[in-house]
Amino acid sequence: MKKFGKVLGIMTAAALTAGALSVGAAAEDTFKIGSSGPMTGPAATYGNAVMNAAQIAVDEINEAGGANGVMLEFNPQDDEHDAEKAVNAYNTLKDWGMQAFLGTVTSGPCIAVEAEAVNDNMFLLTPSGSAVDCITAGDNAFRVCFSDPDQGTASAKYIGENGLAEKIAVIYDSSDVYSSGVYATFQAEAANQPFEIVCAEAFTADSKTDFSVQLQKAKESGAELVFLPFYYNEIALVFTQADAMGFAPKWFGVDGMDGILTVEGFDTSLTEGVMLLTPFSADAEDERTKNFVAKYQELHNEVPNQFAADAYDGVYAIAAAIEKAGITADMDASEVCDLLKVAMTEISIDGVTGTGMTWDASGEPSKDPKAVVIENGAYKGM
Amino acid sequence: MSFLSYLINGISLGSVYAIIALGYTMVYGIAKMLNFAHGDVIMVGGYACLMLVLNLNANPFVAVLAAIVVCTVLGIVIESVAYRPLRNAASPLAVLITAIGVSYLLQNIVLLIFGSNPKSFQTVVPIPDLKLADGALTITGEAIATILCSVIIMIVLTLFINKTKAGQAMLAVAEDKGAAQLMGINVNGTIALTFAIGSGLAAVAGVLLCSSYPSLTPYTGSMPGIKAFVAAVFGGIGSIPGAMIGGILLGVIEILGKAYISSQLADAIVFAVLIIVLLVKPTGLLGKQIQEKV
Repeated sequence: MKKFGKVLGIMTAAALTAGALSVGAAAEDTFKIGSSGPMTGPAATYGNAVMNAAQIAVDEINEAGGANGVMLEFNPQDDEHDAEKAVNAYNTLKDWGMQAFLGTVTSGPCIAVEAEAVNDNMFLLTPSGSAVDCITAGDNAFRVCFSDPDQGTASAKYIGENGLAEKIAVIYDSSDVYSSGVYATFQAEAANQPFEIVCAEAFTADSKTDFSVQLQKAKESGAELVFLPFYYNEIALVFTQADAMGFAPKWFGVDGMDGILTVEGFDTSLTEGVMLLTPFSADAEDERTKNFVAKYQELHNEVPNQFAADAYDGVYAIAAAIEKAGITADMDASEVCDLLKVAMTEISIDGVTGTGMTWDASGEPSKDPKAVVIENGAYKGM
Repeated sequence: MSFLSYLINGISLGSVYAIIALGYTMVYGIAKMLNFAHGDVIMVGGYACLMLVLNLNANPFVAVLAAIVVCTVLGIVIESVAYRPLRNAASPLAVLITAIGVSYLLQNIVLLIFGSNPKSFQTVVPIPDLKLADGALTITGEAIATILCSVIIMIVLTLFINKTKAGQAMLAVAEDKGAAQLMGINVNGTIALTFAIGSGLAAVAGVLLCSSYPSLTPYTGSMPGIKAFVAAVFGGIGSIPGAMIGGILLGVIEILGKAYISSQLADAIVFAVLIIVLLVKPTGLLGKQIQEKV
């Protein structure tokens, strides 16, 4: 046992030295991008999608010679969709020498990390943190995805302007800031639109398997369209249960519904005719999307979702801003942040979640949400 | 009409809780421990069944049997590795904490193997949906199967415990482990058997749960597990008919609360009712008041 301890000690020492050496070497010539997101836990789908796609983008940029010759290095950390763990991950990344932060993936942790990042003057670009407060604490924060209010308002406008229905029911997750945020702005915009919300029912994270009551109430209210601003895991259950009770209204979702076609074993015929607002459609015909989807499928054996697309564009946005500002790998994080936050408002990105994306100083992106309808198990632009 | 429909939904949700609560209450009644990993054994049962159907194209009936075998073995292994060495630990908390540890261990192992993406479960229940009153009322085949299964399991378990030798041994172990051992009862064997039966039931519960709510993730078992634990306490933990009644009442209260009071407050209502019941009857609806004789 004693001998074993000694061997272990030597091995640890060797590993530590090797680790220190590699960190030392890396610090000189790469620009360090850190990220945190849920890679385990119930929200792991989103974190893994972001990390996988960000790594693909980093590799692509490095293969092409880097951003203005600056090589990128990417370090993903797991935060389990937990604010405290996300702040720990952020601190770990700072110790690693991070120069820009691509994260976090989910809204709650992002708000917590942004509170730290603004004090450190660390550049923060969240690929998918859609709550308003993710980027409001300071001018260091930007996002790739739409904010919650944008989605609620855009959905209400889309439904109203296209005359999809007169009576609308909403089911939302009252325990989730994303879902209730989208619902709040949807409701506000509904007042200006030629339809009426006849039924609004909530559920919570603790009771998200049985939707029979919410569906029964929606059915009795005579709603022609049901708006579902929450994630696809639960939406798959909603569709199955609605089908079992013979309720077949029009369905309308937002970006959280993206992924519904990838649920293994789910009867996708139930999604025929379902509409959703999403900035990314994996079967789009443009060269960028095709290339991204093909690479992602080859490496991870699944179709990338919108979170992956946001992260992919996020890395390219950082790279473009690095080029614009002439940032080099030896600058410290605060210096980088001052340059990046100006450069971000000057660049325009053609990415997989939109063309001609620009940012203003508030950090919000400007791009158009696309409505798609599911036909024969695939998205089709509307 | 809508009241009837809510009531039926409540009973079918409640019977899922009941079938899980049966496993909880049986293990508690005999081994006197809260097996918090029970919910996760359910999830393993769901995955076992799904994998057999998807990968080997097994007959659903065979897949269910195989899932029962997998969970039974798992239950025995968990008991002998994680719980048995701690049975005589100074604090009963040790084994409780271990159970929570086993729960997370199972979740994370499954997460590693199958990933976090939800898997959709094809129903294995061959019963067609029952449509009443020109389709205004629907009772799903899964609901019928769940209710039937929980009633059958309740009756068989009660008979098994009261009429067989192994069942009598379980009762003796529940009463007093030391005295039972002196009477020549194999205490370790009896407790292992309890876990085997409890885990086998968990597999059945898993298959029925996933047939009713067909989305399977590594966390599928945890919330129904907690609700079923509440149901078991509600009905009187340790009592087999109590678990059944507790489960069904819990489901009905949850659904009616959602329908007529507020869909946001459903869980608050359920737990408020639990508190009231426990204040009035501290041992639960059918729990026995056991007097400690000094």
